[in-house]
Amino acid sequence: MPTTDELKQRIEAAIPDATADVEDWTGGGDHFRATVVSPAFAGLSRIQQHKLVMDVFAGEIGGPIHALSVKTHTP
Amino acid sequence: MAEQTENPLRDAIAEAIRDNEVILFMKGTPEMPACGFSARTVAALQSTGAPFAAVDILPDPRIRQELSALSNWPTIPQLFVKGELVGGSDIVTEMYETGELHETLGVEAPAAAPAPAATDPGAQPLGIENNLR
Repeated sequence: MPTTDELKQRIEAAIPDATADVEDWTGGGDHFRATVVSPAFAGLSRIQQHKLVMDVFAGEIGGPIHALSVKTHTP
Repeated sequence: MAEQTENPLRDAIAEAIRDNEVILFMKGTPEMPACGFSARTVAALQSTGAPFAAVDILPDPRIRQELSALSNWPTIPQLFVKGELVGGSDIVTEMYETGELHETLGVEAPAAAPAPAATDPGAQPLGIENNLR
């Protein structure tokens, strides 16, 4: 089962200069909420920004990660 | 886009996205959403008063599979406007809160209090026939 720390580290490793806050939304270890701040989002549409985050977990969303709610910002 | 594939279901989904200016792929129906994320997205859409088509992806797991392959987006719901994926419930909710959703849908944003009802006499009934098989 993925942990919030693991998700945070993976997002921060994958997206340049990203800072991520990950919460376990339901306490069940499979619904997560991530707030990600990165200069890499500048100039991208929301969907493109979210895709950068979703792509970190390609194949796991819908599986071990039942749901990942995302908010993205530039610093 | 119109190239022949051996995948009639994917073609049908692509056609639905092309033919409906605003189309939501969701779990359940606008009247009876089967998931909180779908319910939230429907509520935001309905509050704008803009007509939209809706497809329930639950009857056949292949719909979701093909839709995600097409859109490269893993989760449901998925909102498309003018053939483009706008987002899922997070993005739609955020856009609703900032007024961007109204803009994207080409309807006027509420001045102060959001009017929830579709009072536009030309507003179409929600939902299309789900003929994706």
